[in-house]
Amino acid sequence: MGNASSMLTQYDIEEVQEHCSYLFSQQEIVSLYERFCQLDRSAKGFVSEDEFLSIPEFSTNPLSKRLLRMVDGLNFKEFVSFLSTFSARASLQQKIELIFKVYDIDGKGKVSFKDLVEVLRDLTGSSMSEQQREVLI
Amino acid sequence: RCTSDPRHHQFAGRTTTHCAQSHPLPHRQAFLGVIAVAVAPAGVGRWEEMASSLDAPNLDDYLTADSLPQEPPRSLTLRDLLDISPVLTEAAGAIVDDSFTRCFKSNSPEPWNWNIYLFPLWCLGVVIRYGLLFPLRFLTLILGWMAFFTAFFPVRFLMNGKNRLKSKIERKLVEMMCSVFVASWTGVIKYHGPRPSSRPYQVFVANHTSMIDFIILEQMTAFAVIMQKHPGWVGFIQKTILESVGCIWFNRNDLKDREVVGRKLRDHVQHPDNNPLLIFPEGTCVNNQYTVMFKKGAFELGCAVCPIAIKYNKIFVDAFWNSKKQSFTMHLVRLMTSWAVVCDVWFLEPQYLREGETAIEFTERVRDMIAARAGLKKVPWDGYLKHNRPSPKHTEEKQRMFAESVLRRLEEN
Repeated sequence: MGNASSMLTQYDIEEVQEHCSYLFSQQEIVSLYERFCQLDRSAKGFVSEDEFLSIPEFSTNPLSKRLLRMVDGLNFKEFVSFLSTFSARASLQQKIELIFKVYDIDGKGKVSFKDLVEVLRDLTGSSMSEQQREVLI
Repeated sequence: RCTSDPRHHQFAGRTTTHCAQSHPLPHRQAFLGVIAVAVAPAGVGRWEEMASSLDAPNLDDYLTADSLPQEPPRSLTLRDLLDISPVLTEAAGAIVDDSFTRCFKSNSPEPWNWNIYLFPLWCLGVVIRYGLLFPLRFLTLILGWMAFFTAFFPVRFLMNGKNRLKSKIERKLVEMMCSVFVASWTGVIKYHGPRPSSRPYQVFVANHTSMIDFIILEQMTAFAVIMQKHPGWVGFIQKTILESVGCIWFNRNDLKDREVVGRKLRDHVQHPDNNPLLIFPEGTCVNNQYTVMFKKGAFELGCAVCPIAIKYNKIFVDAFWNSKKQSFTMHLVRLMTSWAVVCDVWFLEPQYLREGETAIEFTERVRDMIAARAGLKKVPWDGYLKHNRPSPKHTEEKQRMFAESVLRRLEEN
């Protein structure tokens, strides 16, 4: 893989850090960059859907398709910003916003009954009938 | 916290997926309007490990997170259904680091030549390696090949029939050729344990790091091997030479092939004149720090399984052949321009299927032995995931578990 931090200057790291509201330390950003380069095999500057799906742990996740829509084609800065929500230091508000965005995948600004059923469908697959889901919600 | 981390589930009996327990619903901390959000301390293990990965590249020593008490099941509320944070956290954790890609990471050597006196030494080393050693080794290889071919082809085509003497000579020639190969990388190979004997009803299994595993083992005893057909000069060698020691071909992508190959394996093992069969059950090259799941085909033949553990010493050269990054020729060149290839080979005690043991348990048991002997870490992923997507069965399994837990709690109300 080579020495990743030699490709990132101190300015780059600080810029990325600022973009994610200082939720990651500089070391963490360097590690994330190594990981980003490892995933982005053809060095395009972003990680494609295919490359995300080649992580078996990710592609067996029931919500992978929704997350993929949010994370596909992000450059490194945005990638770090996306992952910063998962940091322990992120605010509750930020986390709720992410969950809301996952539900409201088409960006209407509202979460409808249909969205709730659809997410539940993603989570349960064929193990629950449509009726059961609607009743539950 | 990610309780479904594969590293913490050492289990026998599953050939694929990882989480065998239902995902515990996380601890509640806030309730805002309709959507209650549980703030799972997102994948604590991974973040800490990320920060320390620069200092100490040992990524596997981090907190075990599954010592949380299980909450008693409470009545099902809307928040339980809507709270997707554990699933999201798991996905984000997988993006940050996952145990599968780690198996195939080639470790680039740490540079040590940054000093005023180390740098000239390193330069001198490079000059010696590329200028002196490499040509000598290449010459040895060429001479060896020439000697081999002048002896092999006459024996092959002039001696008629399939008599014993012919097989014996061919076998010895192949062994000699492999020794030449090993000499061309200055291989320092230490064999431990009893030398494999040639008798029926036994199969040898070994962990796989590179195609040179085969050469190293072949140097000691002529094994018959089951291989994927390769293109180029390797394919040519496979067709002409390896046929003489008895090789079985298979095609990774052909599903129907499996039965045919299974039958061929069984036939081979039963015939006493055939060379002992060597199988690499991982199915793919792994970086000699981890082992992926073994394919159970080799363990279902109803005969003794003799495990072989191979461990390379990384200080001299990293022998992992990353077939996506390098061709075999480049890999050989890299080996020939390093100082030496040092490895240990352990021939372990033959294992038999125990009473009441399933083939999968047997496979896992042998894998445990090899991993323990060679100091490798076990990973519960199928090696073929390198080329294929995981089958939807795993996602369905997770979905089923979630649905069941929800329905069960609904009934309890």
